[in-house]
Amino acid sequence: MSASPALKDEIKLPGMDLKKIGKDLYEVFIGPQHPGSGHMRIIIRVDGDVIVEADPDLGYVHRTMEKLAEGREFIKVIPLMERMAILDACNITLPYVEAVEKLMDIEPPPRAKYLRVLLCEINRIASHLYGMGIFGVFLGHSTMYMWPFGDREVFVELAEKLTGARLTHTYAVPGGVRRDIPQGFREMAEKAARYMEKKLEDYKRIFLDNPAIQKRLVDVGVISKNLAAKLGIVGPNLRASGIRYDVRIIEPYEAYDEIDFEVPIYEEGDAYARAWIRVMEIKQSLNIIRQVLEKMPQGDPLHEKFWAKAPKLYKTVYETTGRAKLIPLYANLKVPAGRAIARAEAGRGEVIYVVESENKTKPYRVRVVSPSFRNAIVFKYIVPGHRIADLPAIYGSIDYFPPEADR
Amino acid sequence: MSQKEGKAYVGNLDVSARKAQDLLLNKAKLGKLVDWATAFSLWPVHLTTSCCGCEFAATWSPRFDAERYGALPWIASRQTNFMIIEGTVTKKMAKAVKVTWEQMPYPKFAIAMGACALDGGIFYNSYNIVRPWQIIPIDVFIPGCPPRPEAVARAIIELQKMIRTKGLASQWIIKGYREEALKYYTGGEG
Amino acid sequence: MAFIDRIKEIMSSSGIEAEVSEGKGFIKVKVPLEQWEEAAKALASNGFDHVKTVTIVDYKARGVFEVAYHVSSFLDTGLAKYIIELSTEIPRDNPVVKSLVGIWPSAEFLERESFEFFGVVFEGHPDLRPILLLDEVVAKHPLRKDFVVKEEGIFR
Repeated sequence: MSASPALKDEIKLPGMDLKKIGKDLYEVFIGPQHPGSGHMRIIIRVDGDVIVEADPDLGYVHRTMEKLAEGREFIKVIPLMERMAILDACNITLPYVEAVEKLMDIEPPPRAKYLRVLLCEINRIASHLYGMGIFGVFLGHSTMYMWPFGDREVFVELAEKLTGARLTHTYAVPGGVRRDIPQGFREMAEKAARYMEKKLEDYKRIFLDNPAIQKRLVDVGVISKNLAAKLGIVGPNLRASGIRYDVRIIEPYEAYDEIDFEVPIYEEGDAYARAWIRVMEIKQSLNIIRQVLEKMPQGDPLHEKFWAKAPKLYKTVYETTGRAKLIPLYANLKVPAGRAIARAEAGRGEVIYVVESENKTKPYRVRVVSPSFRNAIVFKYIVPGHRIADLPAIYGSIDYFPPEADR
Repeated sequence: MSQKEGKAYVGNLDVSARKAQDLLLNKAKLGKLVDWATAFSLWPVHLTTSCCGCEFAATWSPRFDAERYGALPWIASRQTNFMIIEGTVTKKMAKAVKVTWEQMPYPKFAIAMGACALDGGIFYNSYNIVRPWQIIPIDVFIPGCPPRPEAVARAIIELQKMIRTKGLASQWIIKGYREEALKYYTGGEG
Repeated sequence: MAFIDRIKEIMSSSGIEAEVSEGKGFIKVKVPLEQWEEAAKALASNGFDHVKTVTIVDYKARGVFEVAYHVSSFLDTGLAKYIIELSTEIPRDNPVVKSLVGIWPSAEFLERESFEFFGVVFEGHPDLRPILLLDEVVAKHPLRKDFVVKEEGIFR
């Protein structure tokens, strides 16, 4: 797999001149079996131990979701797309649900909007903790793997209480959500939030303020503001480069416009800033969860269009237990023809869906571009110029999740 | 070898070693020792094939702590003897799985985790996946999408039981190959 | 001035015959294939600095692929809330379109992906080779409508 001549001009971007080095290059294949458990391979060419060229080789987890979506009913596409990032399930499928809602011209009831935001933020925290844990594995910092993964269980359990499933919730459905908030959830959430706030201080002490970690992360993998915009990277990585772009504030979806929160921004753009930004975002998410539970309006969790057609048994079950079952109406959900685009801020960045319908029960085309796929370009343009030992630090700091990237 | 004669008769080294192995391992107690030791030192290789990796990671996190069964994910395939297939295996990944599996020293074991690893699961009609049992011999299957960490822990215990009751490890060492696994190698498209 | 009028103005001032219409969640700018690159340049010079998706839709009945780039802006917060769909149609039997990587570097991997899934050739792409699939799968161009996967119903 040799580099095309055109590529050599492109590689000037990070300030390396490939032509000077030329002959004594050594090719190293990193992955797909490597200590970070990544399902991805990076082919790097090194001169000494300086990387001069990196070629990310994706697709180890490409499970053809876009094609399979064309053959399934609208409601069945949700669990299918969820497998892209099961640790961030609500965020990653929310834009699809929104796009279908846009096509059907319905708006979920306010309570459903708040419930969606609630699960989205729980997912975001869990996803960030997962990313931090894997970052720890990459840096050989075992404690940083153990602590966030242990604490992640708190939020996974919270999501389980809310939806009934640890990871694959399928919570948001067109027109609302699948279940109402269970009893005792508020106290549990408050307890979790208090615990997490305490633990964030511990993370700072053991990981972020650790001189060894700082030596490995500061000024490593710097993405400047302009370069970040040029490469089109998304999410916390973009915000660590000083760009104030978060779909939650740019185009507030669901109930985000009624909630008061900040989006942390760092100007440095290095791996250390990307580590920090996750901690700060967790703080904001805890803030959002508290506000959501406070401001949650009363009402049905499902749009009345569906609710009115629900069998009587379903209503009794809902009224007595708070659990709304999936109404059979969804099985043959016909979506009016047209194209809709929706986006949301998932844990790793902006996820965008293009849904095209032909007034049938199955979509004509579902196009999804996930944040990790858009971040993958970083490996090609940021990694060259660093030493081979910096690669795990950059890989970990990007919080790259291959199943999400490959779809 | 005895002190009186003052000489050591080695003879054909290969034959001697073979005889010694037969003598030692076929004695029930040492074979059992091998099985016991293998059952509690299962080292899964760091190869995550799909999204069940989230629950795989959670299994080794403090809440579920699968390390107490003597299993700890390890880095290099040469130093591991256990593989957990986490979910779907794509055609591209199948090659990596096969290469990693061949690199691992025997006796080695595999667990297939998740509905996708059983028969495709939600991706049953995808054009880019293979069933893991077409590539490597699987000892234990875990259903679920994704299986909970408790299920993974249970599968490890099941595997330990299998190793100890069926003598998988010691039989493999004695024979040099694994008889029941042969059919997996020949079947399927790989 | 409504935002859609501003896009119309950008297009007409660059001499591009574009059909500008409002879609659900985006603004559609449909341009003829000959003016594809000029339209992209006009958008890029007006602050649209990155590509969000490269979407190709296969209209088999009409015999065309619709190539759509969804572009927006990171640096200009005024533009960030709009998604512009820059689209054109190319014939299905000769799917060639000019690559826009020179204008938007962020399209690089997205174009490679579209190349392998649909067989659309992006002229001028610096490194056009498959990214996700193995060569044997790429040959089938799996996202085209004539590649059919078997589907089991509830009752088979």
